[in-house]
Amino acid sequence: MIAVAAAPARRPRPTVRNRPNAVPAVAIAIGALFVGGLIVVPLVSVFIEAFSAGAGAFASAFVDGYTRSAIALTLEVAAATLVCNTLFGVLAAWTISKYRFPGKALLQSAIDVPLSVSPVVAGLAILLAVGVHSPFGGWLLRHGLRVAFAPPGIALATMFVTFPYVARELATFLQEQGRDLEEAALSMGASVWQTFWRVTLPNGRYALLGGMLLCNARAMGEFGAVSVISGHIRGYTNTVPLQIEVLYNEDAFAAAFALSAALALVTIALSLLRNLAEHRARR
Amino acid sequence: MRSRDAIPGRALALGTTLTIVTLAVLVPLAIVGLTAAGMTGQRLTAALLSARALAAFRLTFGASFAAAAIDAVAGSYVAWLLVRYRFGGHALLDAIVDVPLALPTAVTGIALATLYGPNGALGKILAAHGVAVAYTQLGVGLALTFVGFPFVVRSVQPVLAALPAEFEEAAAVLGASRLATLARVTLPLLLPAMLAGFALALARALGEYGSVVFISGNMPLRTEIVPLLIVTRLEEYDYQGAAAIATVLLLASFALLLAINALQRRLIAARGRA
Repeated sequence: MIAVAAAPARRPRPTVRNRPNAVPAVAIAIGALFVGGLIVVPLVSVFIEAFSAGAGAFASAFVDGYTRSAIALTLEVAAATLVCNTLFGVLAAWTISKYRFPGKALLQSAIDVPLSVSPVVAGLAILLAVGVHSPFGGWLLRHGLRVAFAPPGIALATMFVTFPYVARELATFLQEQGRDLEEAALSMGASVWQTFWRVTLPNGRYALLGGMLLCNARAMGEFGAVSVISGHIRGYTNTVPLQIEVLYNEDAFAAAFALSAALALVTIALSLLRNLAEHRARR
Repeated sequence: MRSRDAIPGRALALGTTLTIVTLAVLVPLAIVGLTAAGMTGQRLTAALLSARALAAFRLTFGASFAAAAIDAVAGSYVAWLLVRYRFGGHALLDAIVDVPLALPTAVTGIALATLYGPNGALGKILAAHGVAVAYTQLGVGLALTFVGFPFVVRSVQPVLAALPAEFEEAAAVLGASRLATLARVTLPLLLPAMLAGFALALARALGEYGSVVFISGNMPLRTEIVPLLIVTRLEEYDYQGAAAIATVLLLASFALLLAINALQRRLIAARGRA
């Protein structure tokens, strides 16, 4: 208290806001150097390596039959994952944001669990649940459906690791919106379905889009979980990230980096679009 | 009068959601734990306490802690730059922070391994100074620092932005030096957010696989991380051994998850008071 009382008598010191240019140039350079060295250099190196043998070599990487089938599998798995996780995500977000029930925080934590599980452990969990040695996997195999070491297993592992994204993004947004609009629609005679389709969904469309973009980006780039359950059968269970590993281990560096550059461009573009969607949702 | 729950359909929506979460997430993870629980004590000891497993646990936990600590300091620093100053390239720096999350881990892995490898652009320079990164524990730490970095920045950034500049100004007006303001005012207020970012980066690093396996060289006892040891056990068809190691990793993740939740609750409470 004494210090506060004495302060006005002293010559006022410059405030933080009045001296914004005292440190910045050096401080910003240090920060930029760290981020540049840690992140930008490896990122740029992907594209340098991809085009090191010329544009022709870059293009020829995509002629290979195994690479093409890997691209096709990645697109199929990402599409299946997107459909399933979007359906679940919308349902979960609606449930969490529009109803009161005990244990809501626990449910949200349970949905988020895959985010903190190692991708390798996720792959192992799916393998143990639906592999040929498990009762369920054995039953499926007797009915002609091979899951582990086949495309369905890859899809399941990918769904597991990207499970929370749509639910999280949409639930966060809808919770902030409250339920006044829905209650108004219902009181005016709309059914729950009509309320959902005409009020909740249009309202949350950008948050939903953001979650879907993020889910798709992660699905296409997933490596660890898919690696465990794929069995690495070329032309059958190799996704793009797995094909990158195969090419790299065969010393086909130009092709490995060409495929890496293409995949990185897609996932980075999806992430940027997702940031844009999130920005629109917040407006 | 409106009923306590005005929107119908709660039982159906909640029931379906719970069923899906249970089948898709909880059952598969429970099977991992049950597979490990079905082992004899002797087999469990062999799986978890072999010299190879212990070396992998030491490396994974040690390198993850070191990487998360570096991220906590550097990430908070970059968050502070982004919040307190406007400069040319501000938006670019902000966007680059997200790159480690957007880049597929296999791409990060081969990029780091090539760049820091014996013939890589940076590897050659470092080798001339006697520093080897690729195929060493240093390489593991580098990859983990890369993947964990965004978690700290994105944890600290919003807290710092919500921190009223008045606190710092008041300290400055009262005669505190810039350093004293940082140490006595800003850092204590930021500590929970930094810890949350540290814990998130640590959780990610403990389970990280793709970005590490290419640069680490995967030498048992020296550069073999825990997730890779799980993959190795699976390739030997030792499902129980893999499940035992995976359960330890899962328990570590859950412990961290609880810590992060507690920290975030404190953060929200602190913001409520501000």
